Amino acid sequence: MKSNRLANCGNWVLDRLPLANLWNDHMAHYYAPKNFNFWYFFGSLALLVLVNQFLTGILLTMNYKPDAKLAFDSVEYIMREVNWGWLVRYMHSTGASAFFVVVYLHMFRGLLYGSFKHPRELIWIFGMLIFVALMAEAFMGYLLPWGQMSYWGAQVIISLFSAIPVIGDDLSLWIRGDYVVSDATLNRFFAFHVIAIPLALVMLVVLHIMALHEVGSNNPDGVNIKKVKDEHGIPLDGIPFHPYYTVKDIVGVAVFLFFFATVIFYLPEMGGYFLEHANFIPADPLKTPEHIAPLWYFTPFYAILRAIPDKFAGVIGMGGAIVVLFLLPWLDRSPIRSIRYRGGLYKKALLLFVISFIGLGYLGTQPATPTATTFARVFTAIYFGFFLLMPLYTRWEKSKPLPTRVTDQPTLEDRIPVWIATFKEMTVSQPIKTKNGTVILPRRPDLTGIINVTIRLAKKLKASMD
Amino acid sequence: MSNEGVDKSKRQFLTSALTVVGTVGAGYLAVPFLAQMQPSTKAMAAGAPVTVDISKMEPGQLLRVEWRGKPVWVLNRTPTVLETLAKLDSQLSDPYSNESLQPTSSKNPARSIKPEIFVAIGLCTHLGCSPTFRPEIAPHDLGEKWQGGFFCPCHGSWFDLAGRVYQGVPAPTNLEIPPYRYVTETQIIIGDETVETQA
Repeated sequence: MKSNRLANCGNWVLDRLPLANLWNDHMAHYYAPKNFNFWYFFGSLALLVLVNQFLTGILLTMNYKPDAKLAFDSVEYIMREVNWGWLVRYMHSTGASAFFVVVYLHMFRGLLYGSFKHPRELIWIFGMLIFVALMAEAFMGYLLPWGQMSYWGAQVIISLFSAIPVIGDDLSLWIRGDYVVSDATLNRFFAFHVIAIPLALVMLVVLHIMALHEVGSNNPDGVNIKKVKDEHGIPLDGIPFHPYYTVKDIVGVAVFLFFFATVIFYLPEMGGYFLEHANFIPADPLKTPEHIAPLWYFTPFYAILRAIPDKFAGVIGMGGAIVVLFLLPWLDRSPIRSIRYRGGLYKKALLLFVISFIGLGYLGTQPATPTATTFARVFTAIYFGFFLLMPLYTRWEKSKPLPTRVTDQPTLEDRIPVWIATFKEMTVSQPIKTKNGTVILPRRPDLTGIINVTIRLAKKLKASMD
Repeated sequence: MSNEGVDKSKRQFLTSALTVVGTVGAGYLAVPFLAQMQPSTKAMAAGAPVTVDISKMEPGQLLRVEWRGKPVWVLNRTPTVLETLAKLDSQLSDPYSNESLQPTSSKNPARSIKPEIFVAIGLCTHLGCSPTFRPEIAPHDLGEKWQGGFFCPCHGSWFDLAGRVYQGVPAPTNLEIPPYRYVTETQIIIGDETVETQA
């Protein structure tokens, strides 16, 4: 009887709301390629971090005061006197960095498997808009604690707009709402950080997923699974998102939370990379900290800004580094999506790009010495070369034949015996008699074995770059 | 009610008319919404002049005062410093301050009303960090060429002790000089708008 009433209640809702359709379209009957690998965890993880930022953010606003006189102390109050305030605040600050970690990996997945290519250009555009919104959100959020780095970081970034000819000065004045970064700036950044941009982010995420589910997910082989269907019209290489990928993503979530919790509890400042040391000093409009650097996720773009010895050109370079990413679907002329079947040129270009991006990221955290600036200029040239020369080198590259169906990759069960064999090859065991007479077989490194394995690995690496 | 065909041109006219009226209305509403983010009357009124007493300043000493929320420096320059300044012209990008902002009274080689007392807004003309005061000559971290001046820690811009920018650094112009005047021999007032500013 009771369960019947509950069912009736449920049906009453379902008759009035298309929940079942929504669930089927996006979960139970959304067929995703069956060959998703490690790289496909980061989309769902980004969603998890977004939820984390919303929940912890709402709690933080309950005690935070967006006032230049009170802000710094209110953050310390949250850290010391609010029950579990330190946990919520560290979850929020670590979440910001975690967001960029998963988003950068998610974007790199796109570069690896050509997820931005036809017919998924719009998904990439929405994704890039999410990235830009995320940068704005992180930048404005960083002003709120009103520490030295908050203040001077905002001062520098808002001044970037003043480099725009003609309207620049008025524009930066309009953004600040005062002649310097002040209470007015803090208050409006709070409004943007907690209302405007989160709303835009949620809408963009919905559009990103809607556009994805319209054309279907790409996969590590980059082949279209909709070409081969069974008699019911279901792709032979597709599996329902729920339960297959919901369960797979839970594994990803568990591993992610392991790292996330480690940082929150043991390394919340991450040696000054997640929360900078200078930000534990209240904002002082009269004194700039000796060494000022943005948070790690902005440093590649910041290094590009510093590498160009002209105010306006530097700002153009920094903005261009992001704009050029939007154009990626039209710069890449190769018909092949996945790196598995692309030519060596793209692989080498992508490797150089990754090196220069990480290099710029490192240099952005360091003071601008002449040597560092030279390196930053080389890396900047490679960064832009990767994109701007793409229409040329992607046309020349020789691709490999594309399979018609998705391929099987070695599973973990296949790989473990190979790893064990490699380990055995690299070590040698010698029986040793211990004092109490038992014989043990400790493994020691074996030089010839190690050399053989290294040579094999190098050859394999070289072959894989062709 | 007639069942004759729909007059599409009438519909089109109504749609266009409504779109135009709606856009104009939204445009009008955008003005107060966007203008709301401009500095408020209170923020604009906050720029009251600041009086600085320089009677107790030692030679070589730098005073930092706050004016309109910005750091303003008052530096007492020694005769040695003034001599060095004259030799730097070839290394500077705007030695005669033609491209830079200062009151007419400070548009001279030492960029000040009285050569010894230098007054400037302590914000780099690149991206607005406050440069550090480094009066020493050729310190280890800045190298042999450093003749004393202001060094911006953010993006490495160099300024001499008259706030003039060196060549080959990101800052485009010399440090801005605020409008100021002497009330008495030992007292200056910063931010007096009656002082004329020009590039």
